[in-house]
Amino acid sequence: MSDKPPIHTSLKTLSISILLFVLLIGLWEFAVRYLQVPAFIVPAPSSMFRALYQGIASGLYVEHVGVTLIEILAGFAIGSSLGLLLGVGIATNRYMAYFLYPYVVVFQSLPKVAIAPLIVLWFGLGITSKIVAGALICFFAVMVNTIAGLRAVEQDRVDLIRSLGGSDFQVFWMLRLPSAMPFIMAGLEIALTFAMIGVIVAEFLGAERGLGMLMQSMNFSMDVAGSFSILVVLAALGLVLNRIIIFARHRLIYWEQPAGARGSEPPDTH
Amino acid sequence: MPVANVGDLAPPGQGTGQGTGQGISPSAITVNAVTKRFRVGNDAITALEEVSLDVRRGEFVAIVGPSGCGKSTLLKILTGLFAPSAGDTRIGGTVTTGPRRDIGVVFQSPLLFPWRTVLENVMLPADVQKLNRATHLTRAKELLDLVGLTDFKDRYPKELSGGMQQRVAIARALLHQPAILLMDEPFGALDAMTRERMNVELQRLWRIHNTSILFITHSIPEAVFLASRVVVMTPRPGRVAEILDINLPAKRPLELMNSPEFGAYVARIRSHFGSVGVID
Repeated sequence: MSDKPPIHTSLKTLSISILLFVLLIGLWEFAVRYLQVPAFIVPAPSSMFRALYQGIASGLYVEHVGVTLIEILAGFAIGSSLGLLLGVGIATNRYMAYFLYPYVVVFQSLPKVAIAPLIVLWFGLGITSKIVAGALICFFAVMVNTIAGLRAVEQDRVDLIRSLGGSDFQVFWMLRLPSAMPFIMAGLEIALTFAMIGVIVAEFLGAERGLGMLMQSMNFSMDVAGSFSILVVLAALGLVLNRIIIFARHRLIYWEQPAGARGSEPPDTH
Repeated sequence: MPVANVGDLAPPGQGTGQGTGQGISPSAITVNAVTKRFRVGNDAITALEEVSLDVRRGEFVAIVGPSGCGKSTLLKILTGLFAPSAGDTRIGGTVTTGPRRDIGVVFQSPLLFPWRTVLENVMLPADVQKLNRATHLTRAKELLDLVGLTDFKDRYPKELSGGMQQRVAIARALLHQPAILLMDEPFGALDAMTRERMNVELQRLWRIHNTSILFITHSIPEAVFLASRVVVMTPRPGRVAEILDINLPAKRPLELMNSPEFGAYVARIRSHFGSVGVID
């Protein structure tokens, strides 16, 4: 851990951040114009923002964002629930661990993007194939973290509840599950990114609607500024979803203060 | 599996019968010729051999011994988490056959649950044993008052120092009015100054609360300072070398540690470890 004090957001640091952003965009604009980079290789930021504005104003992006968002959320919800259930099962039941875990490991060593074409073939061009792809790619992260979290409990704490006459279920509910929450939330954070990847890749491969499909069609028509503008939309979408998860994390794991916000320990006055 | 109820009037064990006026005073703990062997690969390791001791009701007994003498194994057998290979243990007169509900345990580390406030941590035994919430909430607050942490009841453990956390752990161990308080090197992780202060506090708590305490430690002065009897154990296999009565006043100030009587007890206990080569 670093001993350097955290940088606080102030008017000064904020204006430096904005200045840096404007400078970078300006540099990009200047480089594209000055070096006469063709618009179908790298567009100028001005044309990218124009495409973004037109896409949003015409309502085109809104429709496709809606479809992609639903696919991501559904894939994430299904994949995470599956990962959580299987993780709990494998961590708490020896037989499930022994018989199921090998399959899970083999499945995970497979690059799942490689089965995306099959998923599209099996589940069609609609949203189902996108949800399945998203769920399949994200479930493992949640499962592995759930297992690790449930197992990372000190034996002494288990003994403490046992010495009071507590049951297996009480050990799970009062100790293992809350102890695993930081792990599970970290898994969910990764899973969300993975669900997004699964959905977009499946949309590339064949979809009727969605941001991935839109981007693919722009690529075919050499509308690179349009493609870039979709990237901006995707980045914004990812950022918002990630913020929501982090917010939920702080709410659920209220006892873990973020680093840097820790108060000093009170002196032992007794 | 029979589990003793907290309120049960336990039948008297083959106790030491020292009670005056109230007939037989049953032992709080009886350890009867307990042997424990573990299998490690093809080898059998004897952790405890024929260990016998007792703790009378309201008595403070310390077990002192170097690491490897089976102190912690004995503690796990007393809590019912391990079964002995031979012999048996009784608490309040009932033989332990599995985890029981009438024991309070304080471990070396406080083992507080970070998601529970100090008060909620003290309430843990009531939650596990589904005891009446209202009465135990009152009791939890009284116990926090007793260990001087009333002002910290709504704080989270990470906001507390190590000594304060261990005091919360002691209050938690007493919540369900256990027949016996088992303490497994409870102050081993604290710095020397805090440790001495905790010793004085524990002594006060014991005098006020009149709990039967079995206190495991590897510090000889700590054992002599706190206990009315000290059980000296030697390692490999863990055996009872001597059970020593400490004839010092019940109320012991820290300065007592400098007295010749205190020093004599410490030297006597230490001689056991010297003769078995634990201390050279």
